[in-house]
Order: sequence, then structure tokens, then C-alpha cells
Amino acid sequence: MRDTKKASLVLEDGTIFEGKSFGYAASTAGEVVFNTAMTGYPESLTDPSYEGQILVTTYPILGNYGVPPRREKDDVSEYYESDHIHAKAIIAQDYSWDHSHWQADRSLAEWLKEEKIPGIYGIDTRALTKHLREHGSMLGKIVVDGCGDIPLYDPNTENLVAKVSCRGVEVHGEGPRTVVLVDCGVKHNIIRCLTRRGVKVVRVPWDYDFNSIPYDGLFISNGPGNPDMVDATVANIRKAMDSGKPICGICMGNQLLARAAGASTYKLPYGHRSHNQPVRRAGTQKCYITSQNHGFAVDDTTLPDDWEPLFINMNDGTNEGIRHKSKPFFSAQFHPEASSGPKDTEFLFDEFINML
Amino acid sequence: MSIIQNTQAVLPHKVLLLGSGALKIGEAGEFDYSGSQALKAMKEEGIHTVLINPNIATVQTSEGIADTIYFLPVTPYFVEKVIEKERPDGILLAFGGQTALNCGVELQQSGVLEKYGVKVLGTPVQAIMDTEDRELFVKKLDQINVKTIKSEAVGSVADAIKAASELGYPVIVRAAYALGGLGSGFCDNERELVELVEKALSFAPQVLVEKSLKGWKEVEYEVVRDRFDNCITVCNMENFDPLGIHTGESIVVAPSQTLSNEDYHYLRKLAIKIVRHIGIVGECNVQYAFDPSSMDYRVIEVNARLSRSSALASKATGYPLAFVAAKLGLGYGLFDLKNSVTKVTSAFFEPALDYVVVKIPRWDLGKFHGVKREIGSSMKSVGEVMAIGRTFEEAIQKGLRMIGQGMHGFVENKELTIPDIDKSLHEPTDNRIFVISKAMRKGYTVDQIHDLTKIDRWFLYKLHNIVATADELETFDSLDRLPLNLLRQAKEQGFSDFQIARAIFKSNITSNVEASNRVRTFRKQAGIVPVVKQIDTLGAEYPAQTNYLYLTYNGNEDDVKYLHDHRSIVVLGSGAYRIGSSVEFDWCSVNALMTVKREGWRSVMINYNPETVSTDYDMCDRLYFDELTYERVMDILELEQPHGVILSVGGQIPNNLATRLDDAGVPILGTSATSIDNAEDRHKFSAMLDRIGVDQPRWRELTSFADIEEFIDEVGFPVLVRPSYVLSGAAMNVCSNNEELQRFLRLAANVSQEHPVVVTEFIQFAKEIEMDAVAQNGEIKVYAISEHIEFAGVHSGDATIQFPPQKLYVETIRRIKKVSQKIAKALNISGPFNIQFLAKNNDIKVIECNLRASRSFPFVSKVLKLNFIDIATRVMLGLETEKPHKNAFDLDYVGIKASQFSFSRLQGADPVLGVDMSSTGEVGCIGTDTDEAILKSMLSVGLRIPSKGKGVLLSTGTPKQKADMLDAAHELNNNGYKLYATGGTHRFLTDNGIPAVKVYWPSQPDMQPQALDLLHHKEVDLVVNVPKNLSETELTNGYRIRRAAIDLNIPLLTNARLASSFIDAFTRLPLDGIEIRSWNEY
Repeated sequence: MRDTKKASLVLEDGTIFEGKSFGYAASTAGEVVFNTAMTGYPESLTDPSYEGQILVTTYPILGNYGVPPRREKDDVSEYYESDHIHAKAIIAQDYSWDHSHWQADRSLAEWLKEEKIPGIYGIDTRALTKHLREHGSMLGKIVVDGCGDIPLYDPNTENLVAKVSCRGVEVHGEGPRTVVLVDCGVKHNIIRCLTRRGVKVVRVPWDYDFNSIPYDGLFISNGPGNPDMVDATVANIRKAMDSGKPICGICMGNQLLARAAGASTYKLPYGHRSHNQPVRRAGTQKCYITSQNHGFAVDDTTLPDDWEPLFINMNDGTNEGIRHKSKPFFSAQFHPEASSGPKDTEFLFDEFINML
Repeated sequence: MSIIQNTQAVLPHKVLLLGSGALKIGEAGEFDYSGSQALKAMKEEGIHTVLINPNIATVQTSEGIADTIYFLPVTPYFVEKVIEKERPDGILLAFGGQTALNCGVELQQSGVLEKYGVKVLGTPVQAIMDTEDRELFVKKLDQINVKTIKSEAVGSVADAIKAASELGYPVIVRAAYALGGLGSGFCDNERELVELVEKALSFAPQVLVEKSLKGWKEVEYEVVRDRFDNCITVCNMENFDPLGIHTGESIVVAPSQTLSNEDYHYLRKLAIKIVRHIGIVGECNVQYAFDPSSMDYRVIEVNARLSRSSALASKATGYPLAFVAAKLGLGYGLFDLKNSVTKVTSAFFEPALDYVVVKIPRWDLGKFHGVKREIGSSMKSVGEVMAIGRTFEEAIQKGLRMIGQGMHGFVENKELTIPDIDKSLHEPTDNRIFVISKAMRKGYTVDQIHDLTKIDRWFLYKLHNIVATADELETFDSLDRLPLNLLRQAKEQGFSDFQIARAIFKSNITSNVEASNRVRTFRKQAGIVPVVKQIDTLGAEYPAQTNYLYLTYNGNEDDVKYLHDHRSIVVLGSGAYRIGSSVEFDWCSVNALMTVKREGWRSVMINYNPETVSTDYDMCDRLYFDELTYERVMDILELEQPHGVILSVGGQIPNNLATRLDDAGVPILGTSATSIDNAEDRHKFSAMLDRIGVDQPRWRELTSFADIEEFIDEVGFPVLVRPSYVLSGAAMNVCSNNEELQRFLRLAANVSQEHPVVVTEFIQFAKEIEMDAVAQNGEIKVYAISEHIEFAGVHSGDATIQFPPQKLYVETIRRIKKVSQKIAKALNISGPFNIQFLAKNNDIKVIECNLRASRSFPFVSKVLKLNFIDIATRVMLGLETEKPHKNAFDLDYVGIKASQFSFSRLQGADPVLGVDMSSTGEVGCIGTDTDEAILKSMLSVGLRIPSKGKGVLLSTGTPKQKADMLDAAHELNNNGYKLYATGGTHRFLTDNGIPAVKVYWPSQPDMQPQALDLLHHKEVDLVVNVPKNLSETELTNGYRIRRAAIDLNIPLLTNARLASSFIDAFTRLPLDGIEIRSWNEY
């Protein structure tokens, strides 16, 4: 038998799940969330939106195709969504010690060790997911045998956006038109999706006053945590609205645009984290399968009169995007840049670029 | 699924659905499931449904599923007749496999659909043609820059050679418009190419030659699209076996395991692009070849219809593809429909699995003489299983047990003899997975095996984990010393109690049952038990009251709260379809479930066959998609604590569990386990028959050649010889002389103390009669007596059966009733049973008795319009049943059940009928007399009425058989057919004044004309070839003729009595004399 350390997941309500350690052997704490995607662990782990969270994968087998190399292309990571792992830990039913893929240069366990991120397997992830679904996302910690206990940690009390945003202004790509990208924890594929369409992307920190620089369009990225923590960005967006230049937002960007418009947001019981969320474009018969990763949502009922829902979640009716009735402002709660997940809504980038 | 918003679809009033006919290799039970779902979707809308399907054993051809049912061939002629009569305004072509699709395309092209104003619902015919015709398909995908496997469509052998030399060998050859890869194969050189193309061109007008991509991954996506252009991929699947092995022959895994997110969504996006461009409305699948070392791909094909894969995907995900496709065909949008599992979320979504599914094919190649064991680009498997687990190891080991060929999993099986492991890895056969097991035990590394097989290393690593655990288990020799975490790990990797027992106790096992029980008791004491998980389509994201369940050791919490109210009735299903057990037992299982439910009990099903209706979670209150082994059934029964278990409706698999379950104190409903054993055990049953004064053919169980010879001296030749330890009558044979006996026993068995042989006197020219009945407390409540058209000697599963009997003496019938009642009494039967009799001059002998539902239950139930399973289930529930006031003598019509053979797919197999079963399916048709019923049923299994003026080739066996055929030969002659006959038959015909052309056997190559040439030149439209005996020359000569007939798609009959009946029928009754009457019009 493989010699593995015992590890347990201890939830804030006292529930304990026993498993085995893989990756980096250390105890850690965070908010426990589940994702029902069946592929995409390198993308998810490096997605800044997972900052402070312990990721449970409901698909039971993890690590099958190893991890692609750390490589940069055009100043962004080629295969990852940021330059390091943001999740605090990863939990699965079964870890695949051996992997097989032509692009992989190491196993998931090796990568986790490099980045000092613990993993546990041998957990009944279905029972755990049902628990989280019934009781809501909750705090939890992973305690690895011999690595000592640690206190719980609530990432939602912190301004996580400030933590993951870039530190200075960066320029990506070339083009006749300039898009200011507010980095609230941007996934690199958003940058790739924009530069691929021939625009110059000026990536600015979350609280940077971009109204002071020239641009043709504003893009507000995804990011972790509670949108109520990100007042500085909201204030800047509000100012930008006056100029009437096109604005687009994704995920956190949707919530911040909504807040700038005057609407409010709320925490979902256990969020949407999957590759199979159905959304419908409001007032049409067009439906899309989307990739999602969010714990907060826009409250449709608080949208001012000149705004309207753009997309609606077909499962639970929650807001999946908003738009201004007359001005070129719109945003999506889901991830049109996918990575990981389905690419069905990438056309939203085209819609944005066409507005510029 | 309920409708939340009607998208102003104009619903048709009457819809015609085409079924797929008899089960055959490449087109099996999955279409009963698809069709049943579609009919349910129509019914929900209040649409009148008309079904054409001659497969009488299916669930879809049952009362309450379709409104009007025609047991007629699914051919353009008959479908047009039904359209003319019924005047449907819509037709569904996508639910009856290739048969229905091809038929639909022909009806569209000939203008029939337009003439009668029938609208094709769902995917338009043009889109179907764009996917079916390779040339159109490639053009279509070229338009959107999607890569296909470039192939050259050719119509002649010469063009094929030219194309292949341009592409470079190896090439693959495919026939257009063919099901299951019929006539397809790889060719490494010109010789192989010529051979294959010649054969393929006899089936199809067009053959495709393409570059081979052997070794690439094979991946497919199930795609659904509505008329509003909304698209989802419900499931993707990856083949364990690399490209080169037909999907139907591959182990298939869902979801894909070795694709990265980028790979997965790259192919997914392409699939959606393709489906939109083609214009599918409903469901289809897109199959890819995918380079294992880049993102290069080729689209292999698109099936614009429900398929084997879609049935599998439905079961693997819980997403009812056929049901949804039918609704979309009516004009609904996906957004109108709800997820049928959660009932609250949308049907527009893609299931998230939190388990892994493995499909494994089941082959029965051992049943055929001369067939090649290699698996490749054409399909030979006859059934499949689906195993669910939360590790790959668990799922595949479950699956390897489920295929039911005596294997216990990936390891701890009976030692295989493999002379050349490298070769067996490189040239896979139906045994290939076990060759991998053996190689790993011999020390082959994953890389070595990968190089030889091209199976992705990931799968091999996982298999290697199982071997490593087995190795470690084997270092222990007692349970007490076995570390519990190792035991748990073994269970998490799908080891059965028996595998663990064998690893620990090794050769010290005296009783398998006892050894497994020891492990079971030990692990239960240690708290190592499986948990029950739900399949809910959303990975537990939403609450779901789903009843679709499986068991796993990878978890520690049950999803189900058991009430222990003893209100459950557990019905054990029939497992993988195989030769000898197929859709008929699914019909029985489904009907038992319906009665259980109707009587107010909780209906619980255990079965693992993805092709069935019984594994549709809508059919019962709880479905355990899991093994039918003693171990797993007991795991479930311990959770369910049922009122009782029904094991007499699922064929032999559940029946075999009777004694062990009874020993464990399980309440078995109906006939007792002791009685079942008394009927199953040859010695006990025989002694009982002697005791109650019922005659049987003389038989003996013998252990030496000398004893066998002595016994034959007593009873005389021919004898029926059955070696022991072979499954379900396999390797059983009739020997008519000493030479045959010696040859057979040398070839097929070794006779020894350990392996006795049962020798039975074989009565020639006897009639074989079936008694299907239900008894209660030993008293027969309802029965049906049917007769075989063929004389005894043809397996009852291959025979053509007539009910009610038309040519039995009243005296014979009376005796059969009397003897059956005696047996029912002696065994105190409560439930379904079947007895087979031989009758000659009113003497009757019992040859077999099964205390369970038989293959012919659906046939007799539907012909008599009396549901035997409903009655049997009521009996087993302890309800009083009245004897129905209905008698076979009152029927003014007759039913014929005929067998479907799949020899065309089994390259090299001798298409001759014998005591061992070889048919893969059946049909049942009703007519006002035998002629009409025979004609309908024979046309339904693919025979054609020979064209007037064409030739018929006769070689009609022994003098007795020749005499049997004389009248038929006269009829052929009188009806203007040109007769060709081989030596003896020619002489016989001429002596009797029938003109015939003498032709020569392949063993007389210098003589002209050659029989084989006639076939190749298509001068013959029917071949009757009755083998005289089993002598070497007879077999070789006859074999070549029979095989040529099959390969050239010329109807073949090998039984004199059946041939006579068919010839009588088509010479007396013209095709347009066949009445178009639905089931309820009889």
C-alpha cells in the first residue's frame, strides 16, 4: 500500500471527514466550496477567484492528465489562469498518482508540493457536497497528521481583491484601440481573449483611477470574495459611466457594475461553481451552457429602471448578467472566457469589441 | 419531464414510429429503450402513436406503450402500406436504429412521405443523408473547415486498389449505409483489400477507402439541438481501446478520463459547430479520432439518430436523450423542458457526473464454428454491460464480473493459457483485457503494454493498481493477519469477496461459496460495507429525489434513507444480452415491476444492462444499477430488507442464485429454491420424472470413452453430447457416428472423472413442443403450447415456433397438458415455468424444464393477449388468480416466432443451425394462417422472396430431408423459378420429374458450372443448403456455399422443414396478399 499520511477535513460545524494527504503535507484553513466540473483543475487552482477557498471536486478522480508546464506567452501564463495557485487546498475522492498527457510535465501532487498547497483524497466528496449544499458554504480546515492544528480562517472578511490584483499598470498586446482592464483578480484567459481580438490591454490595479488615462473601453475582471469589499472600484466605474464609453464586466465585474449602477448583491447559499450552468438571454430563446465560479449574485429587483437583466440562470432564476437599456454597458456573471469550461459565450468579447 | 411553456409547436395528431426489428449484432436492445421513451413522450402530448416493429419480445410492442402496433417488417413496402392505411401526419425515423433510418430515407426519396403528407419529425432527411453518405458528409464538413478522415468513395474493386495505393496502406474500408460497421475492416495490403471490397460491394453500392489512424484515441460526444439552435453536449465518452476497434467492441468510459480541459472543450465546441451546420433537430453523436500527442483530430462519423452510444449516455448520465429528442422533434425548445431527475432545474444543461462509468462488450464468439476471435473495425459483440463506480478500478472490476463469462474481475481468475502474450496484446481478441492482466502479472511494464496495445497509459496504470493490490493481498494467507486498510483498499478497487478469498486462501479453497462467505463475514464485522449513491445528473449540486442508485465502497454515507418497512419487492433482471438471453427477459422484468407497483408494493430493480427498458429509472420505484452477483444482491437486500425477491423473470442469472439466497434466509417469492434446484439438477429432475412416471430420453453422465461407447451401444446413434463446465449449452453437439463422436470429444472437451460428459439419446424426426405456463401452488392457471416448425435438433432459441400449434394431434396436446400438470404438482410450482417436450407418434418425452419465465413468454402472451408475467407476478405476490376464460383453440389467427441470425457480421462463422443456439434475436408475427405468419416473420428477419425468373440453389441433405422438400421444389418449378441443384439433390429432382440444372461443389473445381460462381454472379436469389451430416467434406463443401451466401447477402435456409414452409408460403401467397392488420385487429 502507498505510504500516505492521514488527513482530515474539519468543518466549522464540527463535521469531520477523514482522508489521506497528497501534495504538500501541511495543515491549512479557508472557505470550503465545491465545483462540479469534470475537468480543469490546473485552471481552477490558478483562478484568483478561488483565493482563500478550499476546493472540493465532485468528479471523483483527480489528477488524470497531470499538469502542463509553467510557461509564458505574450506576458501571460500559457496554460494557467495566473502565475500561482490561489486555492488553499484541493479535495477529491480518488487521486490518480499516475498521469498521462502529452502536455504534462509533472503530476498534480508534484505541483502542489512546489506551491506548498495541500490535497486530500479518500474523502466522500458526494457526502461532503451534499453537506455544503444543505448547510451552505462553510469554513473548514485541513489537518494533516503530524503537521499540527490551525485555527479556522474566513477569507470573506478580507479584501481579497486587493490581495490578488496586480501591483502596477501592465500593458498587454497591440492594437488601434485601448481597453482598460481593471484587475480584480483577472484570469489570464480574459487577457488572451482581448488581445487575440487586436486590442491593446492596459491592465490596472483594482483601485487605480483609470479615469485619468485615455481608453476606448473599460473591462472589469472577475475576482474573489465579497463585492462589498471593493468600493474603490465601484466609485471609479461610476465615474467612468459618465463618459458613456463601453463597459463590460465578468463575474465580480458584473457585481461591481451592478453596484455602480445602484443595485445590490447578496451571498448565495453555496454559489455556482461548475461547467454546466444554463443561462438564457433575457427575452429570447437563446440559451447557453456556461462556466461559473461565484458565491455572490446581483439582486435583480434592485436594478434601477434604466438597467435590465441580460442573462438569467435557468436553474434557479438568479441574475447572470445585466445591461444598460441605452448605453453600451453590459456584464455577465458567468465566464465567457471559459478556461476551464465551455466556450459557448466567447462571442460576448466580440460584442464588446464591436462597441469600441 | 413536464412542459413548462409551450413554444407554439403545432403538434401532429398521429405519429408513426419505426422500430428496429429483431435484435442483431449492431442493432440491439438499445432501440427498444429509445423507441419506448419516444412513445412515452408522444403519449404525454396526447398524440396517437402507431408503431411498426416485428420484434414481439420488446417492451415498446406492449399494450399501453404504443396505441396501434404492427408486427410487420420495417421495410419500405410494408411501411408504405401502413401509412396508406393509418394516414399518420408525422413520422419518427431516429428511434429505430439504422433499419428505421434507411427505411425512412428510401420513403422520402421515393416520394411516399410527400404523397401521403407525412412530415418527418426532428432531424430532416437531408441532414440524415448528409451524414450517411460519406462523400456528402466530407463535403459538408469541409464547408466549415472541419477535418474528416479523407476517403475515396469507390464502386469497384479496381477503383479501390487505385485509391488505396494513393492513400498508402494500411487503409480502412467501410461500406456506406451499413450498421455496426458491417463489411468494414483494415487492409494491410492489396490482397486483403480485394477480398474485403468484393464482399462489401455485395451489401452496399459504395465502399470507402480511407487512411488508417490506428492508435489514435477515440472520443465521442452526444449532442442535443433544438430548432432554436440551442445546443448541449450531454455526455462525452472515451474508448479504452484505441481507434481501430469498433466502438461497439471497445470498452467505453464516461466521462473521458485522459482529456485535459482544453482537449475536452476543443472537441465539444467542434461537435456543436458540426451539429449546427448539419442541422440536427433532436439527438446525434459525433465521433472523433484524436491524436494522443497533439490536438489534431478527425471526425470519424456523425450518427444523426439515437444510437447504442446515446442509450449508454442516457444511462450513464440519467439524461433521457430519446425522450428529449422526441419532444424536440415535436417543436419544443430545450428551455421548455425540465431535468427529469431534479424536476426543478432545466433540461438545457450538461450533466455533471460524480462517478465513472465503464461499458464493456459481451461476446459469444465461442458459440460459432469458424469465426475469427480478433476484434477490429466491425462489430461482433452481442451485448454489453455498464458498471458504475467512484474509482476506475472499482468500475472496471464490476464490469468484468457483469459480462458473465466466469470472470471474477481483472485479477484472481482462472489461469489463462496464452501462448504468445506479445502477439495477443498486439492483435486483440475478445480476451484482450485478460491478456493485459496476465502480462502485468508476468512483469510487463505499463510502457511495454502501451507500445503493444496503444491503450492510453492512464488506463493501464489504473489496471496496474489492481494487480499491485492483488500482489499485496497474496502476501497474506489468513484473514486475521490481513491489514484492514488493505482490505478496504481492495474493496475500493472493486475486488469481490471471492477475489479476496482466492488471493488469501489460494489453492486451499474447497468451496468458493464458503470462502467468499468467510471474507464477507470478516469484512462486515470490520465495518467494511458498501454505500448507496444516487445518480442525480448534477453532482449533488441540487437536491434530487432520484431513485437511480448504485453501490460503491468509495464513500461513507448512503444517499437513501431506508425505512425498513418490508414494502419492497426486489426483481432481479437479466444482465447482459447474450445469445440465449435477451430482450424477452427485459419484457418479463418490466412487466413484473409494473404488476408489483400496481399491487401497491415498492418495485425495486437490480440490473446492469444499459440497453434495457428495465434499467430506465422511470420503470420502478428504485433502480439499483449494479451487479447480480450473490455478494452485491445480498448487499442490496440487507439494505432494502424487502418483503420478497422475484428471481424467475430475468432468465438464468437470477435463477442460479436461488439456492444461495435461500440458504441466506432471503424470502424468495413463488416457487421454492428447493424445487428450482430439483428442476435444474439433471439427476434430481430425472429421478423425479421416473418417480411420477413421465418419460424422458435416455441419458447418462459419463467419465470415460469406454463408458460412452457402452451407453451408445445401448441407445444407438445419433446421440446428443454435452461436455460439462460449459455455459448454457455451448459446445453441445449431435453425433451420428463413431467418427463424429471421436472428433467432437477430442476437439471440444476432454472426458475425465473431473469433467464428465452427458450423453443423451437423440430422437430423430421428432416434433419439439414448448409448454409455457404459470402455476399456483402446483396447479396450472394459464398455459400456452407451441410447436416448432423444425424437427428436434434445432435449439429452441433458433427454432421457428408456431402458436397456437396447427399440426399437433389433439391427443398429443392432451398428454402434454397432463404431464405438465404432474410436473407442476410434483415441484409445487408457484410462478412461471417452461417445459420442452419431444413428440413422436403421440409419445411424448420431457427434455427440459425451467422454473422461470422462458424466452417465449412475451410471444405467447401477446399472441394470446393474456399477460403471463402479470399473472405469474400476482401468483408470486400471493394473490388469488382466476383461470382466464380464454383458449388457444379460440384464436382465429396464428403467431410465428422466427429467429434472427447475425452471421453476416461474424466473419468465417458457419451459418448452420444445431443444438447450440446461435441466433441473436427474434421476431413474432401474426397472420390469419401459417403461410401468412411465416411469410411476415421470415421477411422480418431479412429474407427476401426470390425474384421471379431468378434461380434457387438446392442441396437438400439426406434422402428423408430431400423427400421433405419435394413438394416445395415442385412449387418453385411451377412458379417459374430456375432450380440449380448439387449432385444428389439434382438426381432426386430429376427422378421426380422436376427440371434442374446440375451444379458442382467447390471440391470438384474442374467441373462446370460451379455452385459458387452462381452466387458470385447473382444468378441465385435463394440458397437452401441442408447439411447431411458432420463429415469433413460435407462440412467444408457446404460451409463454402453457406458462407458465400451470407457474405454475398443471398437469403439462406439450412433446415428442410423451414425452407419448405417458407417456399410454400411465398409460392401460395403473393406479397400483396399479405394483410396489413394491427395487433388489435386480430
